[in-house]
Amino acid sequence: MNTPSSAAAQDSLFTRLRRHQILIPLAALLLLALFNLIIDPSFFSISLRPNNEGVLLLSGNLISILDYGSELAILALGMTLVTAASGGQDISVGALIAISGSITLRILSGAQSDAMILPAFLITCAAAMLFGAFNGSLVAFFRIQPMIATLILFTAGRSVAAWINHNEQPFVSSERFPYFGGYLPGIPVPTPLFIALFCFLVTWLLLKFTNLGLYVQAVGINEKASRLNGLNPAWIKLSAFVLLGLCAGVAGFIKVSRTASINYSVIANNIEMDAILAVALGGNSLSGGKFNIGASVLGAYVIQFLTTTLFTLNVQSDSVSAYKAVVVIILVVCSAPTVREKLAALLKKRRAPKQAGQSA
Amino acid sequence: MNVRGFFSAALSALIFPAVLSGCGQSGSGSDLIRVGIINNDPNESGYRTANVNDLKKTFTKENGYDADFKYSMKNDEQIAFAQKFIQDEVDYLLLSAADTAGWDTVLQDAKTAGVKVILFDRIIDAPDDLYEASIVSDMVKEGETAVEWLKNQKLDQYEIIHIQGHLGSAAQKGRSEALEKTAKELGWTIVTQQSADWSTETAQQIVQASIDAKKQFNVIYAENDDMAKGAAAALDKANISHGVGKDVIIMGFDCNKWALEKLLAQEWNYDGQCNPFQSGYLDDTIKKLENGETLKEKTIYLDEKGFDAATITQADVEKYGIGS
Repeated sequence: MNTPSSAAAQDSLFTRLRRHQILIPLAALLLLALFNLIIDPSFFSISLRPNNEGVLLLSGNLISILDYGSELAILALGMTLVTAASGGQDISVGALIAISGSITLRILSGAQSDAMILPAFLITCAAAMLFGAFNGSLVAFFRIQPMIATLILFTAGRSVAAWINHNEQPFVSSERFPYFGGYLPGIPVPTPLFIALFCFLVTWLLLKFTNLGLYVQAVGINEKASRLNGLNPAWIKLSAFVLLGLCAGVAGFIKVSRTASINYSVIANNIEMDAILAVALGGNSLSGGKFNIGASVLGAYVIQFLTTTLFTLNVQSDSVSAYKAVVVIILVVCSAPTVREKLAALLKKRRAPKQAGQSA
Repeated sequence: MNVRGFFSAALSALIFPAVLSGCGQSGSGSDLIRVGIINNDPNESGYRTANVNDLKKTFTKENGYDADFKYSMKNDEQIAFAQKFIQDEVDYLLLSAADTAGWDTVLQDAKTAGVKVILFDRIIDAPDDLYEASIVSDMVKEGETAVEWLKNQKLDQYEIIHIQGHLGSAAQKGRSEALEKTAKELGWTIVTQQSADWSTETAQQIVQASIDAKKQFNVIYAENDDMAKGAAAALDKANISHGVGKDVIIMGFDCNKWALEKLLAQEWNYDGQCNPFQSGYLDDTIKKLENGETLKEKTIYLDEKGFDAATITQADVEKYGIGS
C-alpha cells in the first residue's frame, strides 16, 4: 500500500459520496440531530416503559419520529416513482388516504371477527390502486399534467371518503385492528415502523431485480427516446401511479388503525405537500428522471424529525409553520442541483491545490 | 390551498348554469313560508351533519315551510346560491357563512328585494342592519364555562397542556381566550400550547412529545373531542392515568356521543357543548317576525351546556350526543 493509491481511493470515495444524493437528507438529519443535542441531550433518550395495560413499550422522541413518520415514508416511495416517471407530482394522496381509511373502517365496522382484517386490507389496497390507476390513466393516456389530473381526486376525495361511511363515525370493535397502528403483542417497537421497513424493502428489491427502475428513469429523462428503444411510456407512468395508489392505501390503513376512527376532513391533511417535500429533500429532480428512494424516505423522516423537534421545543403555536418554513427553505435551497454543483465546484477548487502539493 | 381555491372556482363556474336552470319550479302560490337555507357541507364534521339533519327535520311542509337547502364550504359558491335565492324571491334567507368576509353586496341586494336574512351558526363581517338576527354559539362563553368548571376542581396546582384547534377559527379563538385569560389571572402554568388543527393524531404527537420531554402536567385542555382522544391515547401509551380521580384531567369540546360515553365511563372529566340544534331558534325567530313582533336582541346566543363526568347520565348521552 503506497500513499498515492490510498489517496486516490480516498478521493474516489469522497467523490462518490459527494455525487450520492443521499448525502443531502443525511446532512439535514445530522444537522437537526446536532441542534437537538445542543439544546437538550435527553431528546435522544429511549426507555422501556409499561403502558396502561402493563405491556412494556419503547418510548422516546426517536421512537416517536420513526413511528409517526411511517406513513409519510411509505408515501415518499410511491411519490418518488411518480415524480421520476411523469415529471410531476400527485397531490391527491391525502384524499386517497381518507378514502382508503374510510373503506377499511366500512368493512371492519360491519364485521364481527378479526378474520375480516386481511380482506379489509386487501380490498383497501385494491381500491386505492384503482384510484391510482384513474390518476395514472389521465396522465399517461390523456397526457394531462399530473398536478391537474390529480386535482380531481384532491377536490372530490374527502367527500367520497365521507360518502363511503354515510358521513358517520364507524365503530370498530376488533381487538386486533389497532395492532397495525400500535404494537403487536410482545413487541415493544411500533408496528408502523415494520410496515414502512417492509414497504421499503419490497420497493428496493423490485427496483433491484427488475428493470422497472431503469424504465422509469428512462421515461422520465426522455420519453421519446425510451419509446424508440421499445419501452411503452404510458404503461410505465400508469404503473408508477398504481404503485403510489398502493402506498396511499397502506398508509391509510395504518392511519385509521392508529385511532380506529376517522375524521374525513382532517385525516392526513396536507400530507401530499409533505410527501412532495420529502422527494425534494431527497435531492430527486422534481422534473423527472434520476431518483433514489432511500433518499426520499430519509427526507420523509427529516420532516417528521423537524415536526417532533418543534413540538418538543414548544415554540409558540401560531409561529410553528413559520419556523418549519424557514428550515424547509434552507434545506431545499441546499439540496437544489444548481447549489450542489456550485458547492462541489468550490470544494474541488479548494482541494485541487492541496492535492497538487501532496503529490509533488 | 391556492390550487384548491382555483379549482373550486373553475368547478363552480361549470356547475352554476346547471343549478340556475335546474331549480325553476318554484313560485307556487301556496301560503307556505319560503326559505332558502345556505349551509356548510354536511360532510364537514359530525357537528355539521347533526346541524343539517336538525334543520331538515324542522323546515318541512308539515311545519309550514317550503325550504330549499344548498351546501358549500366555499364562500363564492355560497354567495352565488344567495343570489339565486334572492332572484327566486324567497321570504327568508338562512345563512351559515363559510367565510366572514364578502357578504355586504349580496345582503344589500337581499334587503332591497325584501328578503329577510337570518344568520345561524356563524357570524359575518357586515353591518348588522343587513340581517334580522344572528343565532350563534358564544365560543368565548363555551371556553369560560369550561374554565370555570376547571377552577372549581380546586387542584393544588394547575399544569395544563393546551391543545388548540385550527388557529384563527372562531372556536379556537374563543376557547383559547378563556383559558389564557384565567391562566394569567390565577397563575396557572400552561406547560405546552400547540395547535393540532383538530387532528387526533397530531394531538397525540404533541402530548407524546411533552411526555418524552418529561414535562409535568395534570390537565389536558383540548379544544375538541378528536384532539382529546389523541391526548388520551398518548397518556395510555405512557401509563399515565386519566379521568375522574386519576392523575390527569381530560377536557374536550363538541359533545360527540362517543366522547360523552368516555365521560360516562369516567375516563374523561369534562366535555363542553357546541350546540348544533339550532332549528328551534330559527323557527321561533321566523314565527316572531311573521307575527310582526320586534326581536329583543339582534344576536341570539344558543344555550350551551358543559358536562361533568361526575354528574352525566345515560339520558344526557342520548339527548345531547352528536353522531351515532
